[in-house]
Amino acid sequence: MIANFMAWIEKRLPLMDAMNKHAVQYPAPKNFNFWYVFGILASVVLVNQILTGIWLTMSYEPSGDGAFASIEYIMRDVDYGWLLRYMHSTGASAFFIVVYMHMFRGMLYGSYQKPRELLWIFGMLIFLVLMAEAFMGYLLPWGNMSYWGAQVIISLFGAIPIIGDDLTLWIKGDYVISGATLNRFFALHVIALPLVLVILVFLHILALHEVGSNNPEGTDIKKKKGSVKPEELSKFTFHKQYTDKYDIVDAIPFHPYYTVKDLVAVVIFLIVFCYVLFFAPEGGGYFIEAPNFEPANNLKTPEHIVPVWYFGPFFTILRVVPDKLIGMLTMFAAIGVLFALPWFDRGIVKSLRFRSKAHMINLTQFVICFIVLGVLGTLPGTDLANFIGRIATIGYFGFFVAIWIYSKDEKGTKPVPERVSG
Amino acid sequence: MKKFIRAFTFGIFALVPMLTLASSGGAHLDKAGNDLTDKESLKRGFESYINYCLGCHQLQYQRYNRTFADLGISDADGLAKYMYTGEKVGDHITNTMPAKEAAKWFGSAPPDLTLEARLRSPDWIYTYLRSFYVDPSRPFGVNNTLFKDVGMPHVLQGLQGVQTKVVTQEAIDEDKENGIAGQPEISHLTPATGGSMTPEEYDAFARDLTNFLEYTGEPSKLDREAMGYKVIGFLFIFFIFAYLLKKEYWRDVH
Repeated sequence: MIANFMAWIEKRLPLMDAMNKHAVQYPAPKNFNFWYVFGILASVVLVNQILTGIWLTMSYEPSGDGAFASIEYIMRDVDYGWLLRYMHSTGASAFFIVVYMHMFRGMLYGSYQKPRELLWIFGMLIFLVLMAEAFMGYLLPWGNMSYWGAQVIISLFGAIPIIGDDLTLWIKGDYVISGATLNRFFALHVIALPLVLVILVFLHILALHEVGSNNPEGTDIKKKKGSVKPEELSKFTFHKQYTDKYDIVDAIPFHPYYTVKDLVAVVIFLIVFCYVLFFAPEGGGYFIEAPNFEPANNLKTPEHIVPVWYFGPFFTILRVVPDKLIGMLTMFAAIGVLFALPWFDRGIVKSLRFRSKAHMINLTQFVICFIVLGVLGTLPGTDLANFIGRIATIGYFGFFVAIWIYSKDEKGTKPVPERVSG
Repeated sequence: MKKFIRAFTFGIFALVPMLTLASSGGAHLDKAGNDLTDKESLKRGFESYINYCLGCHQLQYQRYNRTFADLGISDADGLAKYMYTGEKVGDHITNTMPAKEAAKWFGSAPPDLTLEARLRSPDWIYTYLRSFYVDPSRPFGVNNTLFKDVGMPHVLQGLQGVQTKVVTQEAIDEDKENGIAGQPEISHLTPATGGSMTPEEYDAFARDLTNFLEYTGEPSKLDREAMGYKVIGFLFIFFIFAYLLKKEYWRDVH
């Protein structure tokens, strides 16, 4: 009876086939390490944000007069409202932590290189939409830092020649940031951007499964059909879409092997996440900033306006450039060069493990610069901070210039093993 | 290479908090040492708040009956003991001071204090309450070392008495050397005189008030922490089983 029903469905919508293709019979390299859990963690956080967001929306009031009070209503009068709110606010910061780690993994092992360029681009689009989503969400509690942070970012567009002023007016929907701005940010935050985000995540995963997962050694687990001796083939069953075209080696099915492994990672992540959520939900003043405990006030500027920590690196790049327009362009360029990373890197060797010393030094300085930029972004812009920030900005962009130069005919790479070791 | 990655990962995790810690600073605050689990202290703080603060400072996000429930006061007792102006127990703790007029009287309207402890920290409130000193140049004759030229009169002067500022010769000399004229740094305040409380009693009073304001900042804080132990406890147990499950499955792989 049930078997018949399932067959009836399967004929019309191949659900089981899709599940096999993407999970039960999806060949994943057997040597994923620590860095490979952040994709799953990002999905977990995305689900958390969507679910808690739905419930928060039920009690939130998107208006200049009511927004701040409605957050306190959620914190005090809604059953477990404080839990929903902290899950959402901690989730926002956690999202960026796992996404930054996920992106770094891509850089560490060359996961953006051919044939995974489009996969990387979808990922970057997710990152871009995520930043817009976070920025709009940050205004919604209508705290004073929310207000002034939005003020600073929106005023950037005013630096664009000719259309700048009209553009900021169009974004705000008013001459100042007001209830009108809040309402449109609310609409974008709860409907438009999450929808785009979910679609992009879907495409990101489809693109991943088309080209297959990279691994810490950057070796290819898909060999030419007929080139591998039968006894060396992976002993597991994979979907015919993969095995028809390739001989698969050193792979295991995603489910159950990586689902159970990722479960362990998810639990460890949740322990850290819950520690912050239950014992330090303000994240030391970085996840929820103290000035946001007073309502937006257009007459009272916070002592120093700094964006939330996850915008820090890009905010610093903006701030250290003396000219506002050039600063803005530099900031957008900092994101733009990341999009183009697959083409800046002309190397053939993917993983840092087998690349040249030059690459290791370059990547290390990039990470140091990125962290320095991030930390500076949360501090007041003193002369010293701006000086260090300029050096770090040069280091940031220098990474892309340098990799473009040395990656062509890269000297000092080690031979990449044919097969995954260990 | 593996070693390098390990060292590198460790470096990232170690570097970030180090850099951020190095950046913290600000005015010196005395430790309030208040205790949210001390219901009697919260009750005393609540009572003091109603008597000394509420006239000007609302708690517009906090309800009377929530406060009663959390502090272990019955609605009937609360109504009789803490509510004087005919509100209902479900009402927010507000006053009738017109904000516009108040801004004229004090320079700016007295802020709502529901979230003050989260905006500035409990230690800040505790220190602020104990930092008023005589300053005839100010409209109400008092100033505050923590909040310079504050608009608020020293409402608790009858309890604390008055403190006066002391500027040592060293502070004056130091300013001269640095080429700063005018008001040198206040070195310390003399112990208060003329109040109905001893300094120790007043400190305890300020601590209770601070405690109450930390409570109103986040009434669910104790619930949150209590739930946190349970959730994390569960996760640790779940971790053991998740790990064993992984190990069992991965036997096929190795």
